[in-house]
Amino acid sequence: MPTTNQLLSSVQVARFVAHGFLRLDDVVPPEMNEEALGVFAAGLPSVPYGTPVPEAFPEGSFARRLVELPAVAGALESLVGPDPTVDHHFVHTRLPHEGSAQPLHADALIDLRTEAFDLQLMYYPQAVTADMGGTLVVPGSHLRRTNESDTGRYQNLRGQTRLTCPAGTVLLLHHGIWHGGRRNDSDTVRHMYKIRFNPTVPQVRLWDTADLHDPAVREELRRTFPWYEQATARLEIHNRIGLWRSLSADPGFDIDHWATRITNRPAPQRSTA
Amino acid sequence: MTTTRQQVLVLYLDTSALDSPVVGWARYDGTGTSHPTTGDSDEPPYPTGVAALQDGWRLFQAAQLIPPYPGAEHETSFLKHEFFFERLVDGATDQ
Repeated sequence: MPTTNQLLSSVQVARFVAHGFLRLDDVVPPEMNEEALGVFAAGLPSVPYGTPVPEAFPEGSFARRLVELPAVAGALESLVGPDPTVDHHFVHTRLPHEGSAQPLHADALIDLRTEAFDLQLMYYPQAVTADMGGTLVVPGSHLRRTNESDTGRYQNLRGQTRLTCPAGTVLLLHHGIWHGGRRNDSDTVRHMYKIRFNPTVPQVRLWDTADLHDPAVREELRRTFPWYEQATARLEIHNRIGLWRSLSADPGFDIDHWATRITNRPAPQRSTA
Repeated sequence: MTTTRQQVLVLYLDTSALDSPVVGWARYDGTGTSHPTTGDSDEPPYPTGVAALQDGWRLFQAAQLIPPYPGAEHETSFLKHEFFFERLVDGATDQ
């Protein structure tokens, strides 16, 4: 993918690390949104798992133009690096009055990686209104170790995001985020195009780090969410610290001493007599 | 004759205390008159577990307090403080 100067800032990446997703409203132009529905209806070519973007999406194809939009390309490069591979892509469709929602789930398999993550792009070519069953996303759920739809019992969590958005909106999500297609109670078919990307480089300082020490970075990372239990919220911050240490190549980074305190094991003092 | 049907309410609470705030919820309706599903509301039906008791729901299961697995003390996974309530209501009338 081409180099772009629309890289994310440290504050934006910290926001991603805390929330597990970033939202880019209205970044796809109207003519592409109109084109998308025809492209989806015609069917997308299959892509073998792990195909480099230029091979998966030939020059001029809809998907290639989508991922090369400056705002999208910059965010992708900031989070998964310059040459990710395409894991898979798929158009998800929620039919009118279909009766039920997807169970809350995370995609693929329970994933034990702590220093790397896949990125999922979700693109909405239509404006999504409240009754169209926009994707349910649970902010801050991405570091929880659960397997696929084992979370299906959870219907609603405080602070959940029931997506409504303008046409041309793109979400970029950590692979572990809890989400699901909601019940479509409208008369309109709703589409969402998803592409999963695998990184091919270490995910370390891939973004514009000019603001790395901005206090707003720390504020983003210490954020809690209304559905977190009181005690587990502290573990979430602790685990986020670990991810930020890796992404920012700063092994001493901490928030409110959480990680430092519990790794403090002073060595015996040597006698100088 | 009139039969009874079970309605189930699952509340996830902020701590292991039943009077702590609700952070998550789910409903299942054995009468078939409502069809709760994922992502259908943003506001919990009750502010606390005790508020559900006060409204007539009967608690029938509470999550145990289980120590973290050795080596996994910092991992986060499912919500810990899960409480199951039921309410028995008049259901269908059999002929």
